[in-house]
Amino acid sequence: MTAPLLPKLVGQRVKRREDPRLIQGRATYVDDIKLAGMQHLAFKRSDVAHARIRSIDTSAARAMEGVEAVFTGADIAELVPPMPIGTPFPSPPHRAVVVDVVRYAGEPVAVVVAADRYIARDAADAIVVNYETLPVVVDPELAMTGKPTVIHPDFANNLAVPLVPSGTGVSADGKTVDDSAIDKAFAEADVVISQRMVNQRLVPNAMEPRGVVAHYEPGKESMTIWSSTQNPHILRTMIATMNGLGQDQVRAIAPEVGGAFGAKINIYPEEYVAAAITKRLGIPVKWVEDRSEAFVATTHGRDIIGYVELAARRDGKVLGLKMRLIADIGAYNMLLTAAVPTLTMLMANGTYDIPAIRATLTEVFTNKTPTDAYRGAGRPEATYFLERAMDMLARELEMDPADVRRKNFIQPSQFPFTTQTGAVYDSGDYEKALDRALEAANWNQLRAERDAARAEGRLVGLGLAMYVEVCGFGPSSSLPTGGWEHSQVTVERDGRITATTGASPHGQGNETTFAQMLADQFGVPLEHIRIHHGDTAVVKQGIGTFGSRSQAVGGTALHLAGSKVKVKMARFASEMLEASPEDLVFENGTIGVRGAPTFAKKFADVAAYAYVPIPLPEGLEPGLSEEAFFEPANNTYPFGCHISMLEIDRETGEPTLVKFIAVDDAGNLINPLLVEGQIHGGLAQGIGQALIEEAVYNEAGQLVTGSFLDYALPRATDFPHFELESTVTPTPVNPFGAKGVGEAGTLGSTPSIVCAAVDALSEFGVKHVDMMLRPEKLWRIINKIHDS
Amino acid sequence: MVQVSMTVNGKMRKAHVEPRMLLVHFLREQLNLTGTHVGCDTSQCGACTVLVDGRSAKSCTLFAVQADGSTIVTIEGLAKNGELHPLQEGFWEEHGLQCGYCTPGMIMSAVNLLNDTPKPSEREIREGIAGNFCRCTGYQHIVNAIQSAAQRNAAKAFRQTEQAESRRP
Repeated sequence: MTAPLLPKLVGQRVKRREDPRLIQGRATYVDDIKLAGMQHLAFKRSDVAHARIRSIDTSAARAMEGVEAVFTGADIAELVPPMPIGTPFPSPPHRAVVVDVVRYAGEPVAVVVAADRYIARDAADAIVVNYETLPVVVDPELAMTGKPTVIHPDFANNLAVPLVPSGTGVSADGKTVDDSAIDKAFAEADVVISQRMVNQRLVPNAMEPRGVVAHYEPGKESMTIWSSTQNPHILRTMIATMNGLGQDQVRAIAPEVGGAFGAKINIYPEEYVAAAITKRLGIPVKWVEDRSEAFVATTHGRDIIGYVELAARRDGKVLGLKMRLIADIGAYNMLLTAAVPTLTMLMANGTYDIPAIRATLTEVFTNKTPTDAYRGAGRPEATYFLERAMDMLARELEMDPADVRRKNFIQPSQFPFTTQTGAVYDSGDYEKALDRALEAANWNQLRAERDAARAEGRLVGLGLAMYVEVCGFGPSSSLPTGGWEHSQVTVERDGRITATTGASPHGQGNETTFAQMLADQFGVPLEHIRIHHGDTAVVKQGIGTFGSRSQAVGGTALHLAGSKVKVKMARFASEMLEASPEDLVFENGTIGVRGAPTFAKKFADVAAYAYVPIPLPEGLEPGLSEEAFFEPANNTYPFGCHISMLEIDRETGEPTLVKFIAVDDAGNLINPLLVEGQIHGGLAQGIGQALIEEAVYNEAGQLVTGSFLDYALPRATDFPHFELESTVTPTPVNPFGAKGVGEAGTLGSTPSIVCAAVDALSEFGVKHVDMMLRPEKLWRIINKIHDS
Repeated sequence: MVQVSMTVNGKMRKAHVEPRMLLVHFLREQLNLTGTHVGCDTSQCGACTVLVDGRSAKSCTLFAVQADGSTIVTIEGLAKNGELHPLQEGFWEEHGLQCGYCTPGMIMSAVNLLNDTPKPSEREIREGIAGNFCRCTGYQHIVNAIQSAAQRNAAKAFRQTEQAESRRP
């Protein structure tokens, strides 16, 4: 009797192997870690946005029972050098804890070490800081004039990155700019669309705040640091460098990580400080962020102003695009801060074949929390600016928004397609995604429903947006950390498989998807495979999980390592079976001879032989453990089309999202169930941005949306039932043809919804409305009341 | 310090606590029940939701001393004899979680919802969990998970009724 065949798992809706620990409260997040003798850190943070510190009085804090130590900025400056960044742009000095000048509200000015978190907080509150306040600037366009203040003395007019040009006629080094093509496009245009748009600042708000436990063992001269991070290997490198240690002396562990969304890529002051303090005191320390702290101390996202101009012929053909970008990056450059808006410039081209593009980027310092990556990181902004302009063009020409897009798509035959801004799109079929979305949404019927609702006097609108995103980073030329990923696959003595991945997850489900891939590769049950991640002592090398790269890069490294092991295992099996390795098949927990099913060995028996190889086959080493680095030759470019239907209450201005249809093309899928989850999550953050989320600062530089009382994080009641469809256009840049899907939902959703809002408000002659769609803002439009 | 005693996941617990100690910190740090999480400091997120005397409560809004004498169930106490609670099954089956941080609180809120409303509509589910934030899932799979658990409960109740019927002489 033959055992039942193991089903192929790649492409199946396999439920997650991570979940049993998570649904039973048995997972270990950073705050769940307790070490003997562990002390707690609390940071004293600036409550003003721009000020010179006259003095700090820590005496009351130091006198409190249970307080082990208090460090001011000057103390910390003796322990760690200034904060490093990961981009090649010039950057002002940035101390982990402020030494002289505070530049945003919430910046750390001192740190307490105490027996428990309550005492630590009490002691931090007992520190008295005497400030000489300085003028504050929160408006980036005002900051660019150098008024009313210059935040960093060496950066005139607060320009972190003075104007960088990109697009048609710009030389590779950016030094020469030829405007003749773009000028010609605008000179020949029948219509020009021109609009200033704001892609507003957001607070990432992973449900688990950041946290770190650091433990330096003086006798071993080594440090272990647990952190809620997306990239433990980068953390290890940075912590070692900043503390004068070798990378062999630091072990970084990302335990269970409760969401990240880009905001846990950065290596933060608190991580450097915890490491420096444990090294100084020789005792383990823990710091866990409060939510109120998280709002000001964890990097923000977006905050880019776009001046967008589109030149087109009357038939809808786009001739030229100008996109002038001003990014408000807040008070400092963090790890990837300066690089994020460059992705907006890179992706200005969208899904269209536009003959001439001029994109420019300026990055500006203001007295706000620094920005860095947030789900989508620069690409949602590009999509929003371009797609809103395309929609305005359709409206101007009285064309269907789908028809204007169709007129301008890059055609499938044009791939690989080099854009005007220098991206090389791998593969795409944009019209197919558009058609699938129109069909799924039943576009013509939706239009009839909208028109019927309007006839009743209701304000109903439809919005449509295309997107294309760059993800699956590297190659190494696109990432300062190196653009590869690493994996090791070991077939153990008992035939079980242990694999490691450097793509350290925080909710993506890599333990499941990667096990699916290995199960198919080796023909063994999923239950016999374990994926290790997030510990630099276990996972030899890695970059991390961001930019929708886990599957495209990490998954490929895993597959390559698995392939190496498989080749070697086939050699051992060929000795046992006296057959050629090329004739062997791995299936159903056996390794057998193709076409001769009775000639087979159990997978576990071949594994056992490989570890006690008598005789040892010639030219083979014992054991079954191989590793691989994979660096893709190019990024991947997933795409899709998002359609929304929105109704606005005529009385109150309150918008309600009635329908949302998303068609996404992420190439081949490993686990469609998990892909749906990723898309839902991205949509939720995009819809949140469009409708209710906004980080608002007042003139004094105070974040007035500094808690969940004021910052509207979407609830279950804020969303309709999402309708998802997909198309599949594999990428040629990796063997699985998988593109990446983690961020996709944030791209098409914002323009789609704002287009729907403008459509709903069309009777009032509105051409554009900025996010978020605050009811008051819409009510003013409906009632023709303009801002005073 | 004040003495408190309460029944937590079926076991009597006594301890001396500072009057200002929050229930969530008591559970996490004194009892090492770290499945209950802290996600905010303004009682918005619901990650700390537990059952207090059978009703869902945000354990960051209560001091441990306020829970003196009460019966608490946390996420660790939901599975019985190694068998997952229908809601735990539902969340697993329907991919109702990603990072898992909001999940314990979300499940405890859903326990309360299904106690009150055994067959909730989608709207009732969305309103029933509106006090719990999830940043990963967009809630759709959570809605599916709770619907799935409601169906499991209904099927279980039906089986129990059938068994009772069949035992009748």
